[in-house]
Amino acid sequence: MTTTTTAAPGSRDERLVESGLLRRLLTRPELGALGGAILVWIFFAITAPTGFLSLRGTASYLEVASHLGILAVAVALLMIGGEFDLSVGSMIGLAGATMAILSTTQGIPLYLAALVALVIALGVGFINGYLVIRTKLPSFIITLGSLFIIRGLTIAFTRMITGRTQIGGLDRVDGYELMRVLFAGELMVGGARFRASILWWLLVGALATWVLLRTRVGNWIFGAGGAPEAARNVGVPVDKLKIGLFMTTAFAAWLVAAIQITVVKSADTLRGEQQEFIAIIAAVIGGTLLTGGYGSAIGAMLGALIFGMVKQGIVFAGVDADWFNVFLGTMLIIAVLVNNYVRQAAEKARR
Amino acid sequence: MKWTGKMYALGLVAAMFIGMVVAACFGAAPAPVSTAEAPAPAQQQDMRDIRIVVVSHGQASDPFWSVVKNGVDQAARDMRVQVEYQAPQTFDMVAMAQLIDAAVASKPDGLVVSIPDPDALGDSIRAAVEAGIPVISMNSGSDVAKELGVLNHVGQTEYEAGYGGGQRMAAAGATHALCVNQEVGNVALDLRCQGFADAMAEAGGTVEVLAVELADPVDAQQRIAAALTANPDVDSILTLGPTGAAPALAALEEAGLLGQIKLATFDLSPEVLEAIRDGNMLFAIDQQQYLQGYLPIVLLTLYKENLNTVANDVIMTGPGFVTQETAAQVIELSAAGTR
Repeated sequence: MTTTTTAAPGSRDERLVESGLLRRLLTRPELGALGGAILVWIFFAITAPTGFLSLRGTASYLEVASHLGILAVAVALLMIGGEFDLSVGSMIGLAGATMAILSTTQGIPLYLAALVALVIALGVGFINGYLVIRTKLPSFIITLGSLFIIRGLTIAFTRMITGRTQIGGLDRVDGYELMRVLFAGELMVGGARFRASILWWLLVGALATWVLLRTRVGNWIFGAGGAPEAARNVGVPVDKLKIGLFMTTAFAAWLVAAIQITVVKSADTLRGEQQEFIAIIAAVIGGTLLTGGYGSAIGAMLGALIFGMVKQGIVFAGVDADWFNVFLGTMLIIAVLVNNYVRQAAEKARR
Repeated sequence: MKWTGKMYALGLVAAMFIGMVVAACFGAAPAPVSTAEAPAPAQQQDMRDIRIVVVSHGQASDPFWSVVKNGVDQAARDMRVQVEYQAPQTFDMVAMAQLIDAAVASKPDGLVVSIPDPDALGDSIRAAVEAGIPVISMNSGSDVAKELGVLNHVGQTEYEAGYGGGQRMAAAGATHALCVNQEVGNVALDLRCQGFADAMAEAGGTVEVLAVELADPVDAQQRIAAALTANPDVDSILTLGPTGAAPALAALEEAGLLGQIKLATFDLSPEVLEAIRDGNMLFAIDQQQYLQGYLPIVLLTLYKENLNTVANDVIMTGPGFVTQETAAQVIELSAAGTR
């Protein structure tokens, strides 16, 4: 699935034959998620028009989608590169608690505390990647371990230093204002509050899409996930690339933590619990393969959008939240079935 | 290729719809509207045009919160109003704030919330109040409810509950007590011990706080046993929940002190109720969470229809006390999911 085609100068290679727009669209991984997102939107627009179609409602599901979407985009990149990161949820708790502890107990301005947390998060991401490369254990196992270690350390240290697991009053610490402008800025449209996280989500998604489709690193990622040995043979620095991708997911987790603690003004050691699975689900709904080498950032964004619309739409439609997990699981299985089918069809067409 | 693409698109459409319809059908089933005993058409005519959304922090699988939800559902039937119950999948205040935002956007006639983290939820609750939605808080948040613009808080204030427990314990003749705290640092639990200690001190007694491990009942049991050995003057123990009560019972049983040392606890569980019935435990402080689910629905319905308000900021559902006289009855009610 690598795209290392070389055309003879001047003449058009037969492998570069122009394919129709429709055909090109149909082989895109995010098509399933796009269709799904449109259907989910129509479904709730019909069943719960008052809440779902209102500006307030739109702002609400976009905000939910944005938090998850930032994670899902990074997770999708890593999955395309052939690895998993189950520690992103714990990392949100760790980064948030670090910012809160440093600013409330040490008097460090919140934005500096956030920078320290960023360094720690990138360090943990590096360790995750390094261990995966050195031990050659599946990243699933390594990051499953770090999921628990990080969560445990977060709870232990937070309790040791502050005596509790929840730290509030972050809007009263030094440097909160700058953080608020950056991460919790809001745009009021007709009484509805659109948060900065939505912009961050779009920015992260656009950046990841550009990297994947328009840069050499993007080709490397597809190569490292699809055929690592072949990629190594043509000189792709697979190990460095993978460590970099683990640091990317750690960065995404830090970004979500920074947004969350600025918006809600408190940190909790349990923040981000189970987000690792939700992020993988969003990436998979968006067409990213569990086996690596195939997927897209836009797909992951759409997966997160579907998630956000369903999660909030259930409230608008008046369905008990008990049923949310049923929706989520059903969507996951449908998405994987559809994606498998598309991939086989696409591979058949390529032969 | 075109054909397979179409097939795939159609398949996706069908699959999504089936998923949605299935979930929507299942989803409708547990709603209180359709589960009433009265025949559906009559019920429909009889329904008031009032829709209330409840957003709590309690997870659906927690037995404590199932009782709250049973109270909510019963009140919805009794008041003939439509009620939707929402809670985040994990203890996640960001998700909970987002659920409140969604509830506000759906323009309900009333909103019920629990407030375990005022920093995280404050903005969303204020936005609800500003949007003109009457809000009642329950269970946690008694100290911040008023400043957030909430009409009333329905719940137990932790300090007063501990204080009531201390008075009752002192009246039973306790002088040297242990307060077994399974989560030191949790403000609510610290307040319980504080109230208990203050009431005991007024009666001339002393209280020592003993920290135990929440997730490790064996550790808790050993530590309680050690504390009893180290301090033979101790004649009474208060635990702050069933997670502390069970190890305390085991420690007393092992030391042969069951029924001799006065034991009391916060909150109910089957083994707590049985111990009270059998005389091995003095009482349980009950915050009656069924009322925390039931009363807000009644209050909001009355407010909506009749502009009735209750003048007390905090409507106390606890401390209620379960003692040997009432334990047997409460066991029956507990099996029905209302205690």
